[in-house]
Amino acid sequence: MSDVITTQSLTKYYDSLVAVDHISMQVKEGEIFGFLGPNGAGKTTTIRMLVGLTTPSEGTATIKGYDIRKEIVNVKRCVGVVPETSNLYNELTVWENLRFMAGMYHVPKNEREHRITSLLKTFGLTDRRGAKFGGLSKGLKRRATIAAALVHHPEILFLDEPTSGLDVMSARSLRKFLKNLRETGVTVFLTTHYIEEADQLCDRIAIIVKGRIIAVDTPEKLKAVVQGTSVIEVTFTSPVQRINLEELEAYGQVEAKDNTLWIQVTDVSKSLKALTSFADDNGLEVVYMNTVKPSLEEAFVKLTGVESEVMLMEKERRGGGA
Amino acid sequence: MIKEELEGIWHILLKDLKAYYFKPPNISWGILFPLVLALAFTLRNPAGFAELSPGLVAMAALFGTTSMEAIVITFEKRVGALERLIMAPVSLLTILVGKVLGGAVFGLVIAGVMTLISLLFLNAVVTYPILFIAVLILTVLAHSALGALVAVSVKEVFEAQTLSNYFRFPMVFLCGVFLPVEVMPIPIQVIAHLLPLTYAVDAFRQVLIGPLHISLMLRDVAALILFLTIFLMWATRLLKKSLG
Repeated sequence: MSDVITTQSLTKYYDSLVAVDHISMQVKEGEIFGFLGPNGAGKTTTIRMLVGLTTPSEGTATIKGYDIRKEIVNVKRCVGVVPETSNLYNELTVWENLRFMAGMYHVPKNEREHRITSLLKTFGLTDRRGAKFGGLSKGLKRRATIAAALVHHPEILFLDEPTSGLDVMSARSLRKFLKNLRETGVTVFLTTHYIEEADQLCDRIAIIVKGRIIAVDTPEKLKAVVQGTSVIEVTFTSPVQRINLEELEAYGQVEAKDNTLWIQVTDVSKSLKALTSFADDNGLEVVYMNTVKPSLEEAFVKLTGVESEVMLMEKERRGGGA
Repeated sequence: MIKEELEGIWHILLKDLKAYYFKPPNISWGILFPLVLALAFTLRNPAGFAELSPGLVAMAALFGTTSMEAIVITFEKRVGALERLIMAPVSLLTILVGKVLGGAVFGLVIAGVMTLISLLFLNAVVTYPILFIAVLILTVLAHSALGALVAVSVKEVFEAQTLSNYFRFPMVFLCGVFLPVEVMPIPIQVIAHLLPLTYAVDAFRQVLIGPLHISLMLRDVAALILFLTIFLMWATRLLKKSLG
């Protein structure tokens, strides 16, 4: 597979702030490439530079071989862009918006109606074709915006936080669509701060923090960073917080809240035996036990040192640990 | 390439007319504004209206083009819809030409209504009809480009309105709409000749009332084309800079 997006030391300064700091990467044809990072990491700025909405301060990038500085109109011909905000025209209907986009992207006149009809069907918008874009729900607006980005059959689709703010069903449906899109050979470049989404969707992920790419690899290889570490979650019939946990800490880091313990271990089998005898010794009865494999989230935290929103919420739920 | 750029201009124009300009409130404003203007000046001086008609047609063109266009562009910037156009495979100049044409069409409608009222009810005459149409088109294009320049210079809709008024109202008094430029003090005349409305009013006076001076008409037409070019290029440059 050839590289369809290449960046070399791509950089963007806003006055003294470095929004994107000398990033170099390659995206292969036909893959779903995730740009994962916390808010303000530089994900959106990178997309804006690649699609001609912002001029890079330093460095170069090519898309399908076209230089983004010198041949931006050619770049725009082969990409579709779905910005974070669904920005079609509120005053036009869904059909009129798509027809306008087809015209702007020079779709042959005799193909426009067929393509728009097909996209409306794909995105479940056929019965809303005559509705004003401004009157649609957030989920429907998102779908219409993605449909508009696909009307000229782009070879590369950029999506900025595609599921942000969507309800669970809409987000799931969109992820399914993106997976199907890969089968048609379209390269997808998406930014997200949802780690699970990146894990489910992407062939490869670049982790970006404070404008710098700190890792690029497949989700599996990124998870290997924390390979050999699992978490055992065990719930007892009575509270465990006052019990001396030193014995268990020999097997790994322990967190406790109410009746539940989380132990980060390297040898699951040995630890389970120790845990059972620990319960017996302390007169505790186990009501639930589960082993959790290392997640991309843990890899993300280990690589970046940044606790993701999900991790922070989970920590909050556990009451800040033991 | 040129075909694609022209196609882009056409689609932007159609979209803007449908989405913004040809909405019932704007159409009613487009009819009311020249009607009220004509009524006010007729009541004040019924016999002298024909003499004022060149200035009033030019003023209708000025307000018709700049009022809505500055709002349309600034609004699209504000909600991110202008980025939708910038992401399309057309040049920034093409985008602005499409926008300028939208404002120009709306200005044509308002100035056209003003002309019709003047001709049908207020004894004005068009001495050189073909030249009148050419001058009208150039006037709305030049002032629409000025509206685009204002719009790309600011961030908020209210800023566009305020900035537009900074030059619109002084232009009405400086550019010969009510009082011939020639009778004003020399420093004011110098300022007046730096403003496009002066040339529009002078050209309208020649084609509506006469007499027609070829050299002066050529000067007016050249000045309006020059203003149109300068405003468009300047606006394109500012738009490009805003992406930086």
